Amino acid sequence: MTSISARRLGKELTEIKAEGCPVGINLVKADDFATWWFTIEVMGESLYQGEKYTLQFRFDSNYPISSPAVQFVVGDGKVSPVHPHVYSNGHICASILGNEWSPVLSVIAVCVTIQSMLASCKKKERPTDNDRYIRFAPDNPKKTRFHYDDDTV
Amino acid sequence: MASDYEFSDSDGDYDDDEDMIDGTQDETGESEDDMDMDAFGDDFKVVPKGKRKSFEIEYESLSQSDVEKLMKKDVEDIVGILGVDESTANLLLRHMSWNTERLIEKYMDNPTKVLVAAGVTVEEPPSSPAPIRSHSIPNSATIGTSQSGRRPTRSSSKLLGSKSPSALKSSSTVSPTSTTRLSPRATDLPTPFVCPICFDDAPTLRPLSLTCSHPFCSGCWTAYISSKITDEAEHAIRCMAEGCALVATDTFIHDLLTASDVDPEEAKVNEETWARFQELLIRHFVASNPNLKYCPYPACTNTVSCPAAASKASLTSVVPIVSCGARGIPGAAQASGSGGNLGLPGKEHKFCFGCPIESDHRPVVCAAARLWLKKCRDDSETANWIKSNTKECSMCMSTIEKNGGCNHMTCKKCKHEFCWVCMGPWSEHGTAWYSCNRYDEKAGVEARDAQSRSRASLERYLHYYNRWANHEQSAKLSLDLYAKTEKKMEDMQITSELTWIEVQFMKKAVEEVDKCRMTLKWTYAMAYYLAKGNEKDLFEDNQRDLEKAVEDLSELLESPIEAENIPMLRQKVTDKTVYVQKRNEIVLEDTAAGFLEGRWKWNVAIDGFDDPEKTEF
Ligand SMILES: [Zn+2]
Ligand SMILES: [Zn+2]
Ligand SMILES: [Zn+2]
Ligand SMILES: [Zn+2]
Ligand SMILES: [Zn+2]
Ligand SMILES: [Zn+2]
Repeated sequence: MTSISARRLGKELTEIKAEGCPVGINLVKADDFATWWFTIEVMGESLYQGEKYTLQFRFDSNYPISSPAVQFVVGDGKVSPVHPHVYSNGHICASILGNEWSPVLSVIAVCVTIQSMLASCKKKERPTDNDRYIRFAPDNPKKTRFHYDDDTV
Repeated sequence: MASDYEFSDSDGDYDDDEDMIDGTQDETGESEDDMDMDAFGDDFKVVPKGKRKSFEIEYESLSQSDVEKLMKKDVEDIVGILGVDESTANLLLRHMSWNTERLIEKYMDNPTKVLVAAGVTVEEPPSSPAPIRSHSIPNSATIGTSQSGRRPTRSSSKLLGSKSPSALKSSSTVSPTSTTRLSPRATDLPTPFVCPICFDDAPTLRPLSLTCSHPFCSGCWTAYISSKITDEAEHAIRCMAEGCALVATDTFIHDLLTASDVDPEEAKVNEETWARFQELLIRHFVASNPNLKYCPYPACTNTVSCPAAASKASLTSVVPIVSCGARGIPGAAQASGSGGNLGLPGKEHKFCFGCPIESDHRPVVCAAARLWLKKCRDDSETANWIKSNTKECSMCMSTIEKNGGCNHMTCKKCKHEFCWVCMGPWSEHGTAWYSCNRYDEKAGVEARDAQSRSRASLERYLHYYNRWANHEQSAKLSLDLYAKTEKKMEDMQITSELTWIEVQFMKKAVEEVDKCRMTLKWTYAMAYYLAKGNEKDLFEDNQRDLEKAVEDLSELLESPIEAENIPMLRQKVTDKTVYVQKRNEIVLEDTAAGFLEGRWKWNVAIDGFDDPEKTEF
């Protein structure tokens, strides 16, 4: 008997391979049920035109009951997008990855949410507490208790 | 000297004591280690038990089931008044933090609004009238948009625009099943049920939903609810559908966690999860009620009720130290090296009802105690050197290590006797004119320039901090030392004719020293903030007398123990213990009386008290 997380991720992967990802999102690597990578671009007119970012998903055995750990890949020539909810270490402050996570959300739903978060950005800037945060940030962004204090983005 | 006479004399005591001990054991089922020291502490009684002293507050200890009764009563009241069922009443009360009056008022004003906010019902389509008595809602595609009541503990939060229709639409292209996830579940599903979380479609699957009709399989529900309870300590558990604000009722959670279609191991885990859920509900109820406080000791589920200290104003006149009645930490070894409980009964669950300090901080009031702890934290670097266990002898400069609680030090090399705290000669400590506890304010008064003033203020702080820290450390060292002594005494009990009861007298004394050192410790925090004057002088007189008594007893406890000197030592220790106990009560009683009379004046602004008149310190 396979675990719920493996069955669920297997199903998501099959559908991604059969139907493809939404425009601007591409699967890079998903060799196991522990870590997946996607590239993400914002289509149409936006502050991030022509830029491409890599998004990393880490799953624990409790997925999808518990949320995946999602962050932008930083290093090896990769950077995180400059955005008021994205830290320079790649961590993302988004309530659907934290206390508004719902087990019905999928990996692709998260990608699309983050894509639209970038698309609706009005001004490229880092979170005000970026420097302080990255100094003490845990490796896994799920260990951070973000305060989702800005609903205007 | 260990004669027959001696033996038969204490034999009588022993029978008596044993009866009491047996009684204790029958009642509580505690092991011998947990025995109440008072059972054989008749020697030490100063005042008859049962009478509350002026420095003690009236309170009551409640078990988990006692609190459950209180909750049940509130629920029944709401059921009766609002005409809702029990689960609804529970969710409503939790949503309103058990404020019955406010709930009734709000509910009378707009029942639908309260029901939606509490997660009892989904938002009604605008046209239909709000049903009040029922929470079974016709299938409706409405997603709860009111998020206010969903997570009472959450700071203002909203997600970052992911709810844009495009985001949902895009995600729904991923899987055919997820397109239906936000739609109502038709009662007669045309296709076999596929759980939108685990994608299982086995015909044996049990689809379950709250009244919002978002179906998920029972396995996913159980995993989700368990994760919320165990990992997030959440008692208001929302529906799993994205954006749905309905909260699972206790009945729903109970049915899942007691389901019989699981293997025994899982059933056991579920049972524990259900117990944890009950505890979370009780904790929430207790936290919502200013008359109640949950015992802060690990794994303890008792609550203390103390209405006399429920208001902030009361905390300027009382120090509400309470105890839940339990002792020790379940599962923790009673006799581990660092715990300091060696051979002593598990530490009583004493804590302050008025502030987060988890120990007895009498005689000083909460606000001043907190101020002092903050100062100690802020100045921790300056004061760190004090905590060292070694100092230099002021005569021969050789290094001296402190390994007991007693502050009367004798240099091994030159035999110089001195006080560990002030480094002054010990010979002067017994005399009336010498006081180790009092800070000489002269230096501060004479300081003219800013630099010497700041130096004087640091010296002043260090004077108090030094003594504060030293009592804590001495208490710990006494307990450590006692552990060694106890072993020796137990051995003696085997090799000599001493009875068990005869070797127990040190226990009570060590406990008393520990208790009094805690009082002394906090008297230094109090004295640091007391304004100069007659009242402070009297306070410090009492402090000095207690300190002297404690140091004497402490020294006695470190004297070498041989079988021959035990009867004499027992007499001396017993006498001194009674005296120390008396001095401690004088300090506590007088300070408590001073707070009631408003006699104590501070040299700084302290929360709840009048601002101080202008003074030097
Ligand atoms: Zn399922
Ligand atoms: Zn729902
Ligand atoms: Zn307790
Ligand atoms: Zn307190
Ligand atoms: Zn010396
Ligand atoms: Zn001294």
